[in-house]
Amino acid sequence: MRNLLSFVIKHNFIFVFLFLQLICVWLMVHSHGYQGSHVLNSSNEVVANIYQTAANTKEYFLLKNENDKLNYENAQLRNLLKNNFSIIPLKEFRRNDTLYKQQYTYVSAKIVNASVNKRRNYLTLNIGKNQGLTHDMAVMSPEGIVGIVTNVSNNFASVMSVLHKDFGINSQLKKDRSYGPLVWDGKSYEYCSMIDIPTHAKLKKGDTVVTSELSGIFPEGILVGFVEDFERKQGESFYTAKIKLSTNFKKVNHVYVITNRFKTERDSLEKISQKNDD
Amino acid sequence: MTTDLAKYIFRFIILILAQVLIVQNINLTNYIVLYPYVLIIILLPFQTPKLVLLIISFLVGCIIDFFYDSSGLHASACTLMAFARYYILKFMSPREGYDAVLKPTVDDMGLPWFITFAGSLVLIHHLFFFYLEVFRFTEFFRILLRVILSSIGTFGLIYLIQFLFFTKRK
Repeated sequence: MRNLLSFVIKHNFIFVFLFLQLICVWLMVHSHGYQGSHVLNSSNEVVANIYQTAANTKEYFLLKNENDKLNYENAQLRNLLKNNFSIIPLKEFRRNDTLYKQQYTYVSAKIVNASVNKRRNYLTLNIGKNQGLTHDMAVMSPEGIVGIVTNVSNNFASVMSVLHKDFGINSQLKKDRSYGPLVWDGKSYEYCSMIDIPTHAKLKKGDTVVTSELSGIFPEGILVGFVEDFERKQGESFYTAKIKLSTNFKKVNHVYVITNRFKTERDSLEKISQKNDD
Repeated sequence: MTTDLAKYIFRFIILILAQVLIVQNINLTNYIVLYPYVLIIILLPFQTPKLVLLIISFLVGCIIDFFYDSSGLHASACTLMAFARYYILKFMSPREGYDAVLKPTVDDMGLPWFITFAGSLVLIHHLFFFYLEVFRFTEFFRILLRVILSSIGTFGLIYLIQFLFFTKRK
């Protein structure tokens, strides 16, 4: 024991080094996947406040751009207003609140920090637990899909972007609902891939890809992007498609966080079925 | 001594802020990702006790991890870098040891010395960091390209910072 102790003291440099590396490994292991809670992350208040100050400054210079985009979206929404359509006086079209329950609600948020050039990219939002956010909520921009909330603090939230090694949310082709997970290969922030598309899907260049209800997080039909190219590797019975993302992750600034109000109910039901199987 | 300490703390804060607020937003391509904050570790004085060196590096890495959402990656790479720095300095040391007045800068030690010293440290940091970040062998050569291009980029930026801020006025 004494020898061991003197050995450790003699080589203290190496042992301290190994000890610190062990802490690092522990931190890395605990941050794996988007369910795990990170120990070091940017939804931390101090870090997020620094980011917010920087973002506020930057936003000031981008006001014009942002205004144009909001105007465009306003115009689009205005097109959908009720008084733009002629009213058909049929009883069947009357909306009944007991039949139509609102499943998804939207909250707007601002991005205070974002990255695109890492292998695991995250965004930080300026709203958090106090505004009703929890993990596993969907995030979209006016242009399309953005990511999933992974961590929340009182006033900030950390979002795993589509540009993340472990993203893998199911999406589908708009025309025939063939689905497959979205993955990002880390090459460019403009493209990602959709893998495992069954070969009976008649894939074409330019096909629209939207989110799928299968993910349990996103509502169906949020734009993901367009098929740029696709291939079928030898010996495989699935297509892999290269998809041009509709969201420009370098410019995204305002986003909507989507709450699925039936998520807890659905999750607990699915958990019961799974438990019965085991 | 106190002014020296203040200088190091000031440099520490400025380099970290520059890294997370400015350099983080430079997106050249996905193959060139710059981490000039490692200059904090490179520029620590020769006489820094080795354990202090490890702990400072670990802290620097942790702070960067906070900002980059990378929990542990930077801390790990920085600790390894500090570990390597000790042995590289020992290996490159002149017979009578390092002069207490000198600092590990281009100005004091000359460009060839700085390229060997800082270049190898940056390479070690980037090599370890990029492979650990992905942790997959399928992307081996693409990561290697990232490591090489990013190391060149980071070293260039470090040299530029040295050139702009650490040259003695004559």
